[in-house]
Amino acid sequence: MTTAADYSEKIPNNVELHEDRRLQRALESWQPNFLSWWESMGPTLPTQDVYLRTAVNVGREGWAHFGHVAMRDYRWGIFLAERDPDRRIGFGQHRGEPAWQQVPGEYRADLQRLIVIQGDTEPASVEQQRNLGATAPSLYDLRNLFQVNVEEGRHLWAMVYLLHAHFGRDGREEAELLLHRNSGSLESPRILGAFNEETPDWLSFFMFTYFTDRDGKYQLGTLKESAFDPLSRTCEFMLKEESHHMFVGTTGIDRIVARTAQLMREHETDDVVAYGAIPLNTIQKYLNFHYSVSLDLFGSETSTNVANYFTAGIKGRWAEGRRKDDHRLTDDSFLVDALIDGNVGQTEVAALVGLNTDLRREYIGDCQNGVNRWNRILQEADLPQRLRLPHIAFNRRVGAFSGIEATPEGELVSAEEWERREGEFLPTDVDKTYVRSLMKPVHERGRIAAWIAPPRVGINGRPFEYEYVHLA
Amino acid sequence: MADGQRIDFRTEPSRYRHWRLAFDGAVATVTMDVDERGGLVPGYELKLNSYDLGVDIELYDAVQRLRFEHPEVRAVVLTGGKEKVFCAGANIRMLAASSHPWKVNFCKFTNETRNGMEDASANSGQTYLAALNGTASGGGYELALACEHIMLVDDRSSAVSLPELPLLGVLPGTGGLTRVVDKRHVRRDLADYFSTRAEGVTGAKAVRWRLVDEAVPRPVWDETVAARAAELAARSNRPAGAQGLELTELTKVRTDENIDYLYVRTQIDHDRGVAEITVLGPETDAPADADADADDVHAQGARFWPLALTRELDDLILDLRTNEPEIGTWVLRTHGDSDRVLAYDALLLENADDWLVKEILLYLGRTLKRLDVTSRSLIALVEPGSCFAGSLLELALAADRSFQLTGVFEELDPDAEPAAITLGRINFGRLPMGNGLSRLATRFYGDDESLAAAANAEGKALGASEAETLGLVTFVPDDIDWDEEVRIAVEERASFSPDALTGLEANYRFAGPETLETKIFGRLSAWQNWIFTRPNASGPDGALRVYGTGKRADFDRKRV
Repeated sequence: MTTAADYSEKIPNNVELHEDRRLQRALESWQPNFLSWWESMGPTLPTQDVYLRTAVNVGREGWAHFGHVAMRDYRWGIFLAERDPDRRIGFGQHRGEPAWQQVPGEYRADLQRLIVIQGDTEPASVEQQRNLGATAPSLYDLRNLFQVNVEEGRHLWAMVYLLHAHFGRDGREEAELLLHRNSGSLESPRILGAFNEETPDWLSFFMFTYFTDRDGKYQLGTLKESAFDPLSRTCEFMLKEESHHMFVGTTGIDRIVARTAQLMREHETDDVVAYGAIPLNTIQKYLNFHYSVSLDLFGSETSTNVANYFTAGIKGRWAEGRRKDDHRLTDDSFLVDALIDGNVGQTEVAALVGLNTDLRREYIGDCQNGVNRWNRILQEADLPQRLRLPHIAFNRRVGAFSGIEATPEGELVSAEEWERREGEFLPTDVDKTYVRSLMKPVHERGRIAAWIAPPRVGINGRPFEYEYVHLA
Repeated sequence: MADGQRIDFRTEPSRYRHWRLAFDGAVATVTMDVDERGGLVPGYELKLNSYDLGVDIELYDAVQRLRFEHPEVRAVVLTGGKEKVFCAGANIRMLAASSHPWKVNFCKFTNETRNGMEDASANSGQTYLAALNGTASGGGYELALACEHIMLVDDRSSAVSLPELPLLGVLPGTGGLTRVVDKRHVRRDLADYFSTRAEGVTGAKAVRWRLVDEAVPRPVWDETVAARAAELAARSNRPAGAQGLELTELTKVRTDENIDYLYVRTQIDHDRGVAEITVLGPETDAPADADADADDVHAQGARFWPLALTRELDDLILDLRTNEPEIGTWVLRTHGDSDRVLAYDALLLENADDWLVKEILLYLGRTLKRLDVTSRSLIALVEPGSCFAGSLLELALAADRSFQLTGVFEELDPDAEPAAITLGRINFGRLPMGNGLSRLATRFYGDDESLAAAANAEGKALGASEAETLGLVTFVPDDIDWDEEVRIAVEERASFSPDALTGLEANYRFAGPETLETKIFGRLSAWQNWIFTRPNASGPDGALRVYGTGKRADFDRKRV
């Protein structure tokens, strides 16, 4: 018999795991499978230990607990934000009723599906990024990669916790399947297409953490509003960690742009290839790719599923509490992007079915902040060039614009022209090969690759030179 | 529904308002003489021997009492107490004013009563004879169709007819169409013509078309009916000199939240739309010594556990179906000693030749069939202390899904015996469904291997994993998962469309062959229920609604 103390030690948690026999048993059988998944699908670079943050509590002190730990001894914990006993449902037909502490049978299937889809993306990115350790530009970056990885692993734990704690046998089977689907696998791929592409290089990694993880942030934000309180509280805590992942992406791209700008200034040239850096044009193409693919993750402009989720109270809008409307939307309308007579335009639909568009717009606004930030770096370097978000119709494979081709400026072009000019907009094989050629590991402390600037500050007040990772 | 408005199915002859019973040796005469002012609810008069649910409740009671209280009765003459008319069928104003669920439930019950009459003719040695002393139209003729032999007075005006389609824009809803062709073998084109001809068919032609068995001139009517009844009585194998038993009034406590009898307890949760039904096993051992026999059953009478339980279940099903339409899920549990249940079953099976024992078995069979055609989701929960064995296992086999606990409830009773189910001989054909097969054979339809495996397990207390392997239960959660799994299953069920669930369940419950019964409850009822809800019948200008107003129905002419 395992003692209560053991549980909080092995699996840090604030869900009173030691009192919950069902959960203990479920996790006992799941944990070894998770560890073997981590061994076979997690980071490939052997390490002794890594300077990681481990959440041991949801409080200010507890969630940022730093120390060198061997990766396989990382303590994946289960944390839900503090419970508000008076919390009420904020939207949909159950608005004003007390939040649900149990899964209502009526919404079991929908809730389970949402959690499974969310859960499936978490380990997927670990799988996509598993080989990046071998080409890390610095120990600092290597450590950040591993931090992102373990936290994605913890997010998987969070979703598995919900499945185990609230969805019975079905939930346990789904939790098991989360480990059996693998990114890029032919037999059992990850559910969402974007999570089946390998992350081949660090530019892609930073772009992924900026754009694709940001999609995750917005999805979590809508689930945080859920009437199902355990899901809401789980997502609230996950959002905290997710913001760190986006920090990795934002500052990663900052540092690449800064390095490129520095070389452009020093050598008064746009062509920084000769100096082992990444040309702005290539950065723009990577941005074009990751941004457009991430827009697709929000689904079609209109969705009756999402309308049903909203009405049922299981998935809200971004910042639902700050919206100034009736939070039911039964009589409202909304303009969504649409193809009108072959041109990009908008059409009016019932507000409930336009919620995907609403969320995508929130996301786009947020993405623009990063672009502005990178452009400030260019501006401060007195360079005239600017990065920009491509047009919403650019390179879309899902939704209203999936049937047309548009340039990043939004000019509609024929399929033939698109094919001819694709290399202007998206990374070409030459671009990718070049970026990959830069990916040489720099594993000596205090040193960094030539294509990226060092960070201004280290982790947890440590200097950049700190020995963030001890390699095996 | 407030207490006063609930329909009570319990009655007895001294309280009848619409029927008279007369006994003459082996022949009983049941005379329909409907009290026009005796409608169950205000708003219509039961003219021309037309009937409503109240009339049929009495008929059902009469049919039951004839079987149990009158072993001497070998033939039952069903006739009318009015001049010129035998029975005009279900009251149209009542139908027009009724809600759709009420109509459907009413038709289901009348169908069951008619099937019960056929069951008596076929299996009880109590043969029904319809003596149509006047016109039998619609439901009146359908009542006659449920009898073994139909006599029509030949007075050049009395007819049999099914005027529903031409007059009301609906179908004869209690088996008429099916019985005309499937039972009486009326040729289909003649049946088609007959069913569109409001005035029906009289005398010799009715005989020629096989709509009735004989047309009898008025002057010789009484003696011919008596002669025919005597002939039918002579075919019976009912014992001479047997003593009937009294179907004493059921002990029943009915409140908004509870329906309790001696052996059946029900809690109604109106918020969740769930009735939690617990069936209690026998309190004492079955008379089981070497010479235990039917005499012991006779001696116990209506207190005999299988009979008492069956009556209670029967009444409960009817009560819930009629009075609690929004209670969409019935959760079935049992509590008691499985060995005792099996011992009672054995007593019944060993003495099945005894008229009373046979009646009990047949009645249990009919009651389980009632459950089969009940438009409620049935979920059986097999927990420690339950007695899903033999006859009571049929409840779980009738359910749409079943859960059996793996192990025990650790925190409630760690030392309990784990839940088990036990197959008995009675499960292998003695309690057939409407399709003629046992619930087991229907469950494993087309899968002889599984049926054989179940047969091999007869008599064995089957734990959850064995029962699951044999395909006898659906899910076997352990105590850690039990509450959540069951809660979610029940809540989810309650969230689905009740109409779609009714359709789904009716389709899955009756795998296998079609019979008269399955056609009546499946095909005919489904069509009828669809037609009932169409504007052409029940819209403001629909035929059912404008009947008797002098207005003409205005049909939407599109064929669907």
